[in-house]
Amino acid sequence: MKQEIPFTFDGVPMTGRVGDTVASALHAAGVMKLSSSIKRHRPRGFYCAIGNCSSCHMIVDGKSNVKTCVTPLRAGMKVETQTGKGVVR
Amino acid sequence: MIAKELVVIGGGPAGLCAAIAAAESGSRVLILDRSARLGGQLIKQTHKFFGSENQYAKTRGFDIAKILLSRVDTFADLIEIWVEATVVALYPDKVLTVVQDGKYIKIQAKAIVVAAGASEKFLAFENNDLPGVYGAGAVQTLMNVYGVRPADRVLMVGSGNIGLIVSYQLMQAGVKVAAIVEAAPRIGGYKVHASKIARLGVPILTSTTVLRAVGETCVKQAVTVKLDPAWKPIPGTESVHDVDAICVAVGLTPLTSLLAMAGAMTSYIPELGGYAPILTDEHESTLADVFVAGDAAGVEEASSAMVEGRLAGLCAAKRLGYPHADFDDIVSECHAQLAGLRNGPFGCKTCAGIAKMREVRDHAR
Repeated sequence: MKQEIPFTFDGVPMTGRVGDTVASALHAAGVMKLSSSIKRHRPRGFYCAIGNCSSCHMIVDGKSNVKTCVTPLRAGMKVETQTGKGVVR
Repeated sequence: MIAKELVVIGGGPAGLCAAIAAAESGSRVLILDRSARLGGQLIKQTHKFFGSENQYAKTRGFDIAKILLSRVDTFADLIEIWVEATVVALYPDKVLTVVQDGKYIKIQAKAIVVAAGASEKFLAFENNDLPGVYGAGAVQTLMNVYGVRPADRVLMVGSGNIGLIVSYQLMQAGVKVAAIVEAAPRIGGYKVHASKIARLGVPILTSTTVLRAVGETCVKQAVTVKLDPAWKPIPGTESVHDVDAICVAVGLTPLTSLLAMAGAMTSYIPELGGYAPILTDEHESTLADVFVAGDAAGVEEASSAMVEGRLAGLCAAKRLGYPHADFDDIVSECHAQLAGLRNGPFGCKTCAGIAKMREVRDHAR
Protein backbone atom coordinates (compact mmCIF):
# COMPACT_ATOMS: atom_id res chain seq x y z
CA MET A 1 0.00 0.00 0.00
CA LYS A 2 1.35 3.45 -0.90
CA GLN A 3 2.21 5.88 1.87
CA GLU A 4 -0.68 7.98 3.22
CA ILE A 5 -0.88 11.77 2.83
CA PRO A 6 -3.04 13.65 5.37
CA PHE A 7 -5.14 16.65 4.26
CA THR A 8 -8.42 18.31 5.21
CA PHE A 9 -11.58 18.80 3.15
CA ASP A 10 -13.89 21.52 4.50
CA GLY A 11 -12.25 20.99 7.88
CA VAL A 12 -12.65 17.20 7.92
CA PRO A 13 -9.38 15.23 8.16
CA MET A 14 -8.85 12.85 5.24
CA THR A 15 -6.02 10.81 3.77
CA GLY A 16 -4.87 10.31 0.21
CA ARG A 17 -2.00 8.24 -1.18
CA VAL A 18 1.36 9.14 -2.66
CA GLY A 19 0.77 9.87 -6.36
CA ASP A 20 -2.73 11.26 -5.83
CA THR A 21 -3.97 14.59 -7.09
CA VAL A 22 -6.31 16.51 -4.79
CA ALA A 23 -9.31 15.42 -6.89
CA SER A 24 -8.32 11.73 -7.12
CA ALA A 25 -7.89 11.59 -3.32
CA LEU A 26 -11.32 13.17 -2.82
CA HIS A 27 -12.89 10.76 -5.31
CA ALA A 28 -11.30 7.79 -3.56
CA ALA A 29 -12.76 9.12 -0.29
CA GLY A 30 -16.24 9.18 -1.87
CA VAL A 31 -16.52 12.95 -2.39
CA MET A 32 -18.49 13.35 -5.63
CA LYS A 33 -19.30 17.07 -5.53
CA LEU A 34 -16.20 19.22 -6.06
CA SER A 35 -17.76 22.58 -7.00
CA SER A 36 -21.05 24.29 -7.88
CA SER A 37 -22.11 26.03 -11.05
CA ILE A 38 -21.73 29.78 -10.67
CA LYS A 39 -25.34 30.92 -11.36
CA ARG A 40 -27.61 28.04 -10.44
CA HIS A 41 -25.32 26.33 -7.90
CA ARG A 42 -25.76 22.92 -9.48
CA PRO A 43 -23.33 20.31 -8.14
CA ARG A 44 -20.29 19.64 -10.31
CA GLY A 45 -17.92 16.68 -10.06
CA PHE A 46 -14.80 15.13 -11.54
CA TYR A 47 -15.07 15.38 -15.31
CA CYS A 48 -11.94 15.59 -17.52
CA ALA A 49 -8.98 14.82 -15.19
CA ILE A 50 -6.55 16.79 -17.38
CA GLY A 51 -7.15 20.40 -16.36
CA ASN A 52 -9.48 21.35 -19.20
CA CYS A 53 -13.04 21.56 -17.96
CA SER A 54 -13.03 23.73 -14.77
CA SER A 55 -15.45 21.34 -13.06
CA CYS A 56 -13.00 20.66 -10.21
CA HIS A 57 -12.14 24.25 -9.19
CA MET A 58 -11.70 24.41 -5.40
CA ILE A 59 -9.97 26.52 -2.75
CA VAL A 60 -6.60 24.97 -1.85
CA ASP A 61 -4.58 26.53 0.97
CA GLY A 62 -6.64 29.70 0.61
CA LYS A 63 -6.20 30.01 -3.16
CA SER A 64 -9.37 29.98 -5.30
CA ASN A 65 -9.91 28.31 -8.69
CA VAL A 66 -7.26 25.64 -8.22
CA LYS A 67 -7.61 22.87 -10.82
CA THR A 68 -7.63 20.06 -8.30
CA CYS A 69 -7.49 17.30 -10.93
CA VAL A 70 -3.95 18.27 -11.96
CA THR A 71 -2.73 19.49 -8.56
CA PRO A 72 -0.60 16.90 -6.74
CA LEU A 73 -1.80 16.24 -3.18
CA ARG A 74 0.67 17.43 -0.57
CA ALA A 75 0.68 16.72 3.16
CA GLY A 76 -1.32 19.18 5.25
CA MET A 77 -3.22 20.74 2.34
CA LYS A 78 -6.37 22.58 3.31
CA VAL A 79 -8.98 21.87 0.62
CA GLU A 80 -12.29 23.77 0.66
CA THR A 81 -15.42 23.90 -1.47
CA GLN A 82 -15.61 27.09 -3.49
CA THR A 83 -18.82 29.03 -4.08
CA GLY A 84 -19.13 31.44 -6.97
CA LYS A 85 -16.20 32.67 -8.98
CA GLY A 86 -13.67 32.60 -6.14
CA VAL A 87 -11.79 35.43 -4.47
CA VAL A 88 -8.28 36.75 -5.17
CA ARG A 89 -6.43 37.23 -1.88
CA MET B 1 11.55 37.98 -20.48
CA ILE B 2 13.42 34.71 -20.85
CA ALA B 3 14.87 33.89 -24.28
CA LYS B 4 14.68 30.27 -25.53
CA GLU B 5 15.47 28.56 -28.82
CA LEU B 6 12.74 25.97 -29.38
CA VAL B 7 9.76 25.80 -27.02
CA VAL B 8 7.59 22.67 -27.15
CA ILE B 9 4.13 23.12 -25.65
CA GLY B 10 2.98 19.77 -24.27
CA GLY B 11 5.02 16.75 -23.16
CA GLY B 12 2.86 13.99 -24.62
CA PRO B 13 3.86 11.60 -27.44
CA ALA B 14 4.04 14.38 -30.07
CA GLY B 15 5.86 16.89 -27.86
CA LEU B 16 8.41 14.38 -26.56
CA CYS B 17 9.21 13.16 -30.07
CA ALA B 18 9.51 16.76 -31.29
CA ALA B 19 11.92 17.56 -28.47
CA ILE B 20 14.01 14.43 -29.10
CA ALA B 21 14.23 15.10 -32.85
CA ALA B 22 15.17 18.75 -32.32
CA ALA B 23 17.83 17.84 -29.74
CA GLU B 24 19.20 15.15 -32.08
CA SER B 25 19.57 17.95 -34.62
CA GLY B 26 21.47 20.08 -32.08
CA SER B 27 18.82 22.57 -30.96
CA ARG B 28 18.19 23.58 -27.37
CA VAL B 29 14.63 22.74 -26.33
CA LEU B 30 12.31 23.75 -23.50
CA ILE B 31 9.36 21.41 -22.88
CA LEU B 32 6.39 22.97 -21.06
CA ASP B 33 3.66 20.77 -19.56
CA ARG B 34 0.79 21.70 -17.30
CA SER B 35 0.68 18.40 -15.44
CA ALA B 36 3.12 17.16 -12.83
CA ARG B 37 4.67 14.47 -15.04
CA LEU B 38 5.48 14.14 -18.72
CA GLY B 39 4.02 11.50 -21.03
CA GLY B 40 0.63 13.08 -21.76
CA GLN B 41 -2.16 10.56 -22.09
CA LEU B 42 0.30 7.69 -22.70
CA ILE B 43 0.70 7.26 -18.93
CA LYS B 44 -2.90 6.03 -18.56
CA GLN B 45 -2.88 3.72 -21.56
CA THR B 46 -2.44 0.18 -20.29
CA HIS B 47 -3.35 -1.46 -23.60
CA LYS B 48 -0.82 -2.65 -26.16
CA PHE B 49 -0.54 -0.42 -29.22
CA PHE B 50 -1.51 -1.41 -32.74
CA GLY B 51 0.16 0.11 -35.77
CA SER B 52 3.77 -0.35 -36.69
CA GLU B 53 6.85 -1.62 -34.83
CA ASN B 54 8.42 1.78 -35.61
CA GLN B 55 5.89 3.37 -33.23
CA TYR B 56 6.22 0.70 -30.56
CA ALA B 57 3.29 -1.54 -31.60
CA LYS B 58 2.70 -4.39 -29.10
CA THR B 59 4.09 -2.14 -26.32
CA ARG B 60 1.77 -0.74 -23.64
CA GLY B 61 1.19 3.03 -23.66
CA PHE B 62 2.78 3.77 -20.29
CA ASP B 63 5.86 1.76 -21.32
CA ILE B 64 6.12 3.87 -24.50
CA ALA B 65 6.13 6.96 -22.26
CA LYS B 66 9.04 5.46 -20.29
CA ILE B 67 10.99 4.75 -23.50
CA LEU B 68 10.47 8.32 -24.77
CA LEU B 69 11.39 9.85 -21.41
CA SER B 70 14.63 7.85 -21.23
CA ARG B 71 15.45 9.19 -24.74
CA VAL B 72 14.78 12.71 -23.46
CA ASP B 73 17.10 12.04 -20.50
CA THR B 74 20.00 11.27 -22.85
CA PHE B 75 19.79 14.90 -24.03
CA ALA B 76 19.91 16.42 -20.53
CA ASP B 77 22.38 19.06 -21.76
CA LEU B 78 19.98 20.28 -24.47
CA ILE B 79 16.44 19.56 -23.23
CA GLU B 80 15.05 21.56 -20.31
CA ILE B 81 11.74 20.51 -18.74
CA TRP B 82 9.23 22.59 -16.83
CA VAL B 83 6.26 20.72 -15.34
CA GLU B 84 3.16 22.15 -13.67
CA ALA B 85 3.79 24.98 -16.13
CA THR B 86 0.66 26.02 -18.03
CA VAL B 87 0.96 28.10 -21.20
CA VAL B 88 -1.89 30.58 -20.92
CA ALA B 89 -1.03 32.85 -23.83
CA LEU B 90 0.72 32.74 -27.19
CA TYR B 91 1.39 35.90 -29.21
CA PRO B 92 2.21 36.30 -32.93
CA ASP B 93 5.78 37.39 -32.12
CA LYS B 94 6.37 33.97 -30.45
CA VAL B 95 6.11 35.31 -26.92
CA LEU B 96 4.49 32.87 -24.47
CA THR B 97 3.01 33.52 -21.06
CA VAL B 98 3.49 30.60 -18.69
CA VAL B 99 1.96 30.21 -15.24
CA GLN B 100 4.06 28.17 -12.85
CA ASP B 101 3.76 28.08 -9.08
CA GLY B 102 1.45 31.11 -9.10
CA LYS B 103 3.89 33.23 -11.10
CA TYR B 104 3.48 34.59 -14.63
CA ILE B 105 6.61 34.06 -16.71
CA LYS B 106 7.20 35.48 -20.21
CA ILE B 107 9.28 33.58 -22.74
CA GLN B 108 10.53 34.77 -26.11
CA ALA B 109 10.91 31.71 -28.33
CA LYS B 110 12.72 31.53 -31.66
CA ALA B 111 10.49 28.64 -32.77
CA ILE B 112 7.58 26.78 -31.21
CA VAL B 113 6.06 23.32 -31.57
CA VAL B 114 2.47 23.29 -30.32
CA ALA B 115 1.75 19.75 -29.15
CA ALA B 116 -1.09 20.63 -26.80
CA GLY B 117 -3.19 17.55 -27.57
CA ALA B 118 -6.95 17.41 -27.55
CA SER B 119 -9.92 17.71 -25.23
CA GLU B 120 -12.89 15.41 -24.94
CA LYS B 121 -16.08 16.37 -26.73
CA PHE B 122 -19.20 16.74 -24.67
CA LEU B 123 -22.74 15.62 -25.39
CA ALA B 124 -25.97 17.56 -24.80
CA PHE B 125 -28.46 15.65 -22.64
CA GLU B 126 -30.55 16.46 -19.57
CA ASN B 127 -28.52 16.65 -16.35
CA ASN B 128 -25.24 16.13 -18.21
CA ASP B 129 -23.49 18.22 -15.53
CA LEU B 130 -24.30 15.89 -12.60
CA PRO B 131 -21.34 14.48 -10.69
CA GLY B 132 -20.96 10.94 -12.03
CA VAL B 133 -20.98 12.05 -15.68
CA TYR B 134 -17.36 11.67 -16.78
CA GLY B 135 -15.28 11.98 -19.87
CA ALA B 136 -14.08 8.49 -20.79
CA GLY B 137 -10.47 9.63 -20.56
CA ALA B 138 -11.05 10.86 -17.01
CA VAL B 139 -12.29 7.44 -15.96
CA GLN B 140 -9.21 5.88 -17.53
CA THR B 141 -6.99 8.36 -15.66
CA LEU B 142 -8.72 7.67 -12.32
CA MET B 143 -8.30 3.90 -12.70
CA ASN B 144 -4.95 3.55 -14.39
CA VAL B 145 -2.95 6.49 -13.05
CA TYR B 146 -4.38 6.94 -9.54
CA GLY B 147 -5.71 3.45 -8.84
CA VAL B 148 -9.12 4.81 -7.89
CA ARG B 149 -12.22 2.79 -8.77
CA PRO B 150 -14.41 5.32 -10.56
CA ALA B 151 -17.86 3.79 -9.96
CA ASP B 152 -19.77 0.54 -9.43
CA ARG B 153 -22.00 0.46 -12.54
CA VAL B 154 -21.31 2.45 -15.68
CA LEU B 155 -23.19 3.33 -18.85
CA MET B 156 -20.72 3.97 -21.66
CA VAL B 157 -21.82 6.44 -24.34
CA GLY B 158 -19.92 5.90 -27.59
CA SER B 159 -18.45 2.76 -29.16
CA GLY B 160 -15.31 4.20 -30.74
CA ASN B 161 -12.00 2.69 -29.68
CA ILE B 162 -11.82 4.83 -26.53
CA GLY B 163 -15.33 3.77 -25.43
CA LEU B 164 -14.52 0.11 -26.11
CA ILE B 165 -11.06 0.05 -24.51
CA VAL B 166 -12.18 1.99 -21.41
CA SER B 167 -15.21 -0.34 -21.04
CA TYR B 168 -12.88 -3.34 -21.05
CA GLN B 169 -10.53 -1.71 -18.55
CA LEU B 170 -13.51 -0.88 -16.29
CA MET B 171 -14.43 -4.56 -16.29
CA GLN B 172 -10.82 -5.46 -15.49
CA ALA B 173 -11.11 -3.12 -12.48
CA GLY B 174 -14.23 -4.96 -11.33
CA VAL B 175 -16.70 -2.31 -12.45
CA LYS B 176 -19.95 -3.50 -14.05
CA VAL B 177 -20.58 -1.99 -17.49
CA ALA B 178 -24.39 -1.94 -17.87
CA ALA B 179 -24.29 -1.25 -21.61
CA ILE B 180 -22.47 0.64 -24.34
CA VAL B 181 -24.76 2.88 -26.38
CA GLU B 182 -23.88 4.10 -29.87
CA ALA B 183 -25.98 6.67 -31.73
CA ALA B 184 -24.74 5.49 -35.13
CA PRO B 185 -26.22 2.33 -36.65
CA ARG B 186 -22.88 0.51 -36.33
CA ILE B 187 -20.05 0.07 -33.82
CA GLY B 188 -17.37 2.75 -34.26
CA GLY B 189 -14.19 1.05 -33.04
CA TYR B 190 -12.15 -2.03 -33.97
CA LYS B 191 -14.15 -5.26 -34.11
CA VAL B 192 -11.51 -7.08 -32.05
CA HIS B 193 -12.20 -4.76 -29.08
CA ALA B 194 -16.01 -4.89 -29.54
CA SER B 195 -16.04 -8.68 -29.76
CA LYS B 196 -14.00 -9.03 -26.57
CA ILE B 197 -16.58 -6.92 -24.71
CA ALA B 198 -19.60 -8.62 -26.28
CA ARG B 199 -18.18 -12.03 -25.24
CA LEU B 200 -18.15 -10.81 -21.63
CA GLY B 201 -21.91 -10.20 -21.89
CA VAL B 202 -22.01 -6.41 -22.21
CA PRO B 203 -24.72 -5.30 -24.66
CA ILE B 204 -23.55 -2.84 -27.34
CA LEU B 205 -26.74 -1.00 -28.33
CA THR B 206 -26.45 0.70 -31.72
CA SER B 207 -28.89 3.44 -32.90
CA THR B 208 -29.28 4.27 -29.21
CA THR B 209 -28.27 7.29 -27.19
CA VAL B 210 -28.50 8.67 -23.66
CA LEU B 211 -31.57 10.85 -23.08
CA ARG B 212 -30.94 12.01 -19.52
CA ALA B 213 -29.11 11.41 -16.28
CA VAL B 214 -31.28 10.96 -13.20
CA GLY B 215 -30.25 12.04 -9.68
CA GLU B 216 -30.22 15.02 -7.31
CA THR B 217 -26.58 15.35 -6.25
CA CYS B 218 -25.01 12.56 -8.32
CA VAL B 219 -25.96 10.05 -11.01
CA LYS B 220 -28.39 7.33 -9.85
CA GLN B 221 -29.82 6.24 -13.20
CA ALA B 222 -29.45 6.80 -16.93
CA VAL B 223 -32.30 6.82 -19.43
CA THR B 224 -31.47 5.71 -22.97
CA VAL B 225 -33.61 5.85 -26.10
CA LYS B 226 -33.55 4.27 -29.55
CA LEU B 227 -32.95 6.51 -32.56
CA ASP B 228 -34.66 6.37 -35.96
CA PRO B 229 -32.60 6.50 -39.20
CA ALA B 230 -32.74 10.32 -39.00
CA TRP B 231 -31.15 10.11 -35.51
CA LYS B 232 -34.40 11.29 -33.84
CA PRO B 233 -35.46 9.62 -30.54
CA ILE B 234 -38.30 7.09 -31.01
CA PRO B 235 -40.96 7.78 -28.33
CA GLY B 236 -41.79 4.77 -26.18
CA THR B 237 -38.36 3.14 -26.60
CA GLU B 238 -36.82 4.63 -23.44
CA SER B 239 -35.13 2.27 -21.01
CA VAL B 240 -33.79 2.96 -17.53
CA HIS B 241 -30.36 1.73 -16.36
CA ASP B 242 -29.40 1.69 -12.68
CA VAL B 243 -25.89 3.16 -12.89
CA ASP B 244 -23.81 5.51 -10.76
CA ALA B 245 -21.72 6.78 -13.66
CA ILE B 246 -22.20 7.79 -17.27
CA CYS B 247 -19.04 7.80 -19.33
CA VAL B 248 -19.00 10.10 -22.37
CA ALA B 249 -16.74 8.77 -25.14
CA VAL B 250 -17.89 10.74 -28.15
CA GLY B 251 -14.55 11.78 -29.54
CA LEU B 252 -11.93 14.46 -29.13
CA THR B 253 -11.34 17.92 -30.51
CA PRO B 254 -7.91 19.56 -31.13
CA LEU B 255 -6.73 22.05 -28.49
CA THR B 256 -6.13 24.98 -30.83
CA SER B 257 -6.94 27.84 -28.45
CA LEU B 258 -3.31 29.04 -28.19
CA LEU B 259 -2.89 28.90 -31.98
CA ALA B 260 -6.15 30.80 -32.49
CA MET B 261 -5.05 33.40 -29.94
CA ALA B 262 -1.80 34.00 -31.81
CA GLY B 263 -3.75 34.41 -35.05
CA ALA B 264 -2.80 31.13 -36.76
CA MET B 265 -5.42 30.12 -39.31
CA THR B 266 -7.77 27.30 -38.31
CA SER B 267 -10.70 25.76 -40.12
CA TYR B 268 -13.64 23.59 -39.04
CA ILE B 269 -12.82 20.10 -40.33
CA PRO B 270 -15.09 17.44 -38.75
CA GLU B 271 -12.79 14.59 -39.88
CA LEU B 272 -9.98 16.09 -37.78
CA GLY B 273 -12.23 16.55 -34.74
CA GLY B 274 -13.32 20.19 -35.08
CA TYR B 275 -11.30 23.38 -35.57
CA ALA B 276 -7.90 22.31 -36.85
CA PRO B 277 -4.87 24.43 -37.79
CA ILE B 278 -3.95 24.98 -41.44
CA LEU B 279 -0.47 23.47 -41.87
CA THR B 280 2.24 23.06 -44.48
CA ASP B 281 3.51 19.55 -45.24
CA GLU B 282 6.30 20.34 -42.72
CA HIS B 283 3.60 20.93 -40.07
CA GLU B 284 4.19 24.69 -39.89
CA SER B 285 1.13 26.81 -39.12
CA THR B 286 0.30 30.05 -40.94
CA LEU B 287 2.49 31.79 -38.34
CA ALA B 288 6.15 31.52 -39.34
CA ASP B 289 8.26 29.26 -37.08
CA VAL B 290 5.19 27.97 -35.19
CA PHE B 291 4.78 24.24 -35.86
CA VAL B 292 1.97 21.90 -34.73
CA ALA B 293 2.03 18.14 -34.09
CA GLY B 294 -0.15 15.40 -32.66
CA ASP B 295 -3.82 15.70 -31.77
CA ALA B 296 -3.55 19.51 -31.74
CA ALA B 297 -3.02 19.24 -35.52
CA GLY B 298 -6.08 16.99 -35.97
CA VAL B 299 -7.30 14.16 -33.77
CA GLU B 300 -5.77 10.79 -34.64
CA GLU B 301 -3.89 8.50 -32.26
CA ALA B 302 -0.57 8.35 -30.44
CA SER B 303 1.35 6.44 -33.14
CA SER B 304 0.88 9.16 -35.75
CA ALA B 305 1.34 11.84 -33.07
CA MET B 306 4.86 10.49 -32.43
CA VAL B 307 5.75 10.63 -36.15
CA GLU B 308 4.24 14.12 -36.54
CA GLY B 309 6.20 15.26 -33.50
CA ARG B 310 9.44 13.93 -34.97
CA LEU B 311 8.70 15.69 -38.27
CA ALA B 312 7.82 19.01 -36.62
CA GLY B 313 10.84 18.84 -34.30
CA LEU B 314 13.23 18.20 -37.22
CA CYS B 315 11.73 21.01 -39.31
CA ALA B 316 11.71 23.48 -36.41
CA ALA B 317 15.37 22.68 -35.62
CA LYS B 318 16.34 23.12 -39.26
CA ARG B 319 14.63 26.51 -39.27
CA LEU B 320 16.77 27.49 -36.28
CA GLY B 321 19.93 26.56 -38.18
CA TYR B 322 20.32 22.98 -36.93
CA PRO B 323 19.61 20.72 -39.90
CA HIS B 324 19.84 17.03 -38.91
CA ALA B 325 22.65 15.21 -40.77
CA ASP B 326 20.05 12.86 -42.28
CA PHE B 327 17.28 15.46 -42.54
CA ASP B 328 15.95 14.54 -45.99
CA ASP B 329 15.99 10.80 -45.31
CA ILE B 330 14.23 11.09 -41.95
CA VAL B 331 11.61 13.49 -43.30
CA SER B 332 10.70 11.16 -46.17
CA GLU B 333 10.68 8.24 -43.72
CA CYS B 334 8.23 10.18 -41.50
CA HIS B 335 5.93 10.89 -44.44
CA ALA B 336 6.06 7.22 -45.46
CA GLN B 337 5.27 6.11 -41.89
CA LEU B 338 2.31 8.50 -41.67
CA ALA B 339 0.97 7.22 -45.00
CA GLY B 340 1.32 3.66 -43.68
CA LEU B 341 -0.48 4.40 -40.41
CA ARG B 342 -3.31 6.12 -42.31
CA ASN B 343 -3.69 3.24 -44.72
CA GLY B 344 -6.33 1.36 -42.69
CA PRO B 345 -10.14 1.68 -42.61
CA PHE B 346 -9.89 4.39 -39.91
CA GLY B 347 -7.10 6.22 -41.68
CA CYS B 348 -9.31 7.20 -44.60
CA LYS B 349 -11.16 9.62 -42.32
CA THR B 350 -7.89 11.35 -41.39
CA CYS B 351 -6.82 11.43 -45.03
CA ALA B 352 -10.13 13.04 -46.00
CA GLY B 353 -9.62 15.61 -43.24
CA ILE B 354 -6.08 16.39 -44.37
CA ALA B 355 -7.30 16.74 -47.97
CA LYS B 356 -9.89 19.29 -46.79
CA MET B 357 -7.27 21.14 -44.76
CA ARG B 358 -5.01 21.35 -47.84
CA GLU B 359 -7.93 22.65 -49.91
CA VAL B 360 -8.49 25.46 -47.42
CA ARG B 361 -4.74 26.15 -47.39
CA ASP B 362 -4.39 26.29 -51.16
CA HIS B 363 -7.51 28.45 -51.49
CA ALA B 364 -6.13 30.90 -48.91
CA ARG B 365 -2.87 31.36 -50.78
